[in-house]
Amino acid sequence: MFTTTKLFLQVTACGALFALNTYAVGADPVRYGFGEPASAHDLQDFVSSLPDGRDLPAGSGTISRGKQVYDEKCASCHGQKMEGGVGDRLLGGRGTLVNNDPKKAPVKTVESYWPYATTLFDYIKRAMPFYTPGSLTNDEVYSVTGYILSEANILKGDEPITAESLAKVAMPNRDGFIPDHRPDHFKPADKHPRLR
Amino acid sequence: MSILDPNSDAKNKLKIASLVEAEEAFLAKARTNANSVYFSQHHIEPAKPVKGDSSKGVDPLQRPQNRRHFLASVAVLASSSVAGRAIAQTTTPPEGKAPPGAVWRSVPEDATKIPGTAIGEDGGYGTRSQFETEVRWRFGTKTPLSSWSMTPLEHGVGIITPSGLHFERDHGGIATIDPATHKVFVHGMVKQPKKFSMLDVKRFPSISRILFIECSGNGLTEWSKPTLKTVQGTHGLVSTSEWTGVPLSTILNEVGVKSGAKWLLVEGGDAAVMTRSIPIDKAMKDCFLAYGQNGEAIRPEQGYPLRLIAPGYEGNTHIKWVRRIELSDKPFMTREETSKYTDLLPSGKAVQFSLIMDAKSVITRPSGEMTLSGPGFYEITGLAWSGRGRIKRVDVSTDGGRTWKPAGLQGPILPICQTRFRFPWVWDGKEAILQSRCVDETGYVQPTLGQLIEVRGLNGPIGSIYHLNAIQSWKVDTEGRVSNVHYY
Ligand code: HEC
Repeated sequence: MFTTTKLFLQVTACGALFALNTYAVGADPVRYGFGEPASAHDLQDFVSSLPDGRDLPAGSGTISRGKQVYDEKCASCHGQKMEGGVGDRLLGGRGTLVNNDPKKAPVKTVESYWPYATTLFDYIKRAMPFYTPGSLTNDEVYSVTGYILSEANILKGDEPITAESLAKVAMPNRDGFIPDHRPDHFKPADKHPRLR
Repeated sequence: MSILDPNSDAKNKLKIASLVEAEEAFLAKARTNANSVYFSQHHIEPAKPVKGDSSKGVDPLQRPQNRRHFLASVAVLASSSVAGRAIAQTTTPPEGKAPPGAVWRSVPEDATKIPGTAIGEDGGYGTRSQFETEVRWRFGTKTPLSSWSMTPLEHGVGIITPSGLHFERDHGGIATIDPATHKVFVHGMVKQPKKFSMLDVKRFPSISRILFIECSGNGLTEWSKPTLKTVQGTHGLVSTSEWTGVPLSTILNEVGVKSGAKWLLVEGGDAAVMTRSIPIDKAMKDCFLAYGQNGEAIRPEQGYPLRLIAPGYEGNTHIKWVRRIELSDKPFMTREETSKYTDLLPSGKAVQFSLIMDAKSVITRPSGEMTLSGPGFYEITGLAWSGRGRIKRVDVSTDGGRTWKPAGLQGPILPICQTRFRFPWVWDGKEAILQSRCVDETGYVQPTLGQLIEVRGLNGPIGSIYHLNAIQSWKVDTEGRVSNVHYY
């Protein structure tokens, strides 16, 4: 009873705050107590990844196992040589990103463009194979991730592919990204516009 | 399928070609429909004079309009009853073939002489008129499971996009989710991880906001040359709805944010399990989880039962079918914020987390593929919007940007919302280049394409792909035909 009254008072105070600013969703002092605690069990199947390897699930894979997975489950859409098909091209394109030619497109692939290897695990795990997403085991995903990286000449050797090893991979375009500096300030427009 | 294909020039051309093809297929149909703004006179007999008509020498808006497309649609809107009826009779769809979202009903000679449809016959949920045919059209990707469809802006009136015409972009099809079992999990750097049912979500105090959502890929075909013909093709990846839901700050307060948490991952429950990282300051400031759109539940293709609204941010961040939120100290660097939605510059560096949509405007009527029926009065109208706040002014030029005059802004002028502008114009029958340029409340001026390319470069046929917010030019030729051109 006491708590109800307290909540009511808080809510009322909060309501007054909202009235001042229609879109105000700032500090909200009220806890409504709706929803239930989520247990570790509830959360165990979710996968996400941070570039330092935190959050990636347990498991490990090998490049040779990855080749099997790729040939069986990916090649039909991404091509035998990862050259692309229904799905994106995954290999090549290094050296094409610096480009000022309006006629020629840069080639952005896992090899040439992606800054983090952890993203590759994460994306395959959540969204691939395209028609049966979420069907691969973690070990299979580690394996196929390793295989793509080895075909891209980014990974070598027989080390097992794990969360820790993916976090250590130095992707070729790791430093290729800069923060957003917009808004731009545009100079007055050309006074002699013409058809282009 | 990615929005563009970075693989090769040949492939880029192929994909853009199929987009052009999709538009052409849509146009071919529209040109035969007198209700369409693209209706073409060549497909229909000239108008028979209507009794009591005094069309000669009066305001062109009053003339019966079954021969010219731009005016035809104006007539429908203005609904001069004579013209309206003339159109109704010439466009009767074949029996049983109502357009999407409509139900076929036979059309009486005179609706005053026979009772209409019984109340309740629609099952209690209305449909649009069988004479209204506008639809979103889809880019013909190899798989319709990852694609997008565009809003027919040229038909729009006011600022709200009908829910069924709101543009969509899906990466793994449209998920079907039962709200009775749907849960949203919130965890990571929080004091108490929690799960919320839809009932829980709806118990929290709610807010409503009318906001635009724009895909940052809107207009990507238009960087190096005018490519698509209609405003639906060049600008159709922006729409406006009233969204209702729960502030993320309320939800985050419920779980207790741990100090050091800077980003949150929002994850969709579709087959793409779409994810984006959102800065926590933005989440606390004005993001919300929406379950309502234009007064009813969100549409499936918009993320039913729950969608993130991140006001002013690029469309992809507005995660649909939200099932999970994870807090962290760093961004997650998901595929959609590395491989895609980053703006590669000629230097080889790509701008990342270019989240805010810059101010933009476009004339929606007259626009590409319409035809003016001759010199005289026309209302130029269009939409302006900015991810940074309210639209402060819109100027219109009819001479390709040499001179500008202020357009009238229709209220309400809301922050991060489309604003309708109007500009009265008397066409003298000479060639004209129509442009609109907006300024938002931060003072940001919409650039010409030339100015934008000066800053971003043009590295490939579709440049840096995303965030093309340049001034659009429509050329009116001496025949009154309107087409998409680059003029700057
Ligand atoms: C049925 C066809 C299909 C199959 C099979 C398939 N993919 Fe894909 N893949 C796609 C499509 C389509 C996309 C683009 C999805 C989108 O639009 O978001 C894609 C995207 C990707 C990307 C992102 C590329 C980029 O540059 O952003 C990667 C990586 C990938 N797939 C890996 C795989 C792997 C590994 C497998 C096998 C386990 C696989 N795919 C199986 C169709 C497929």
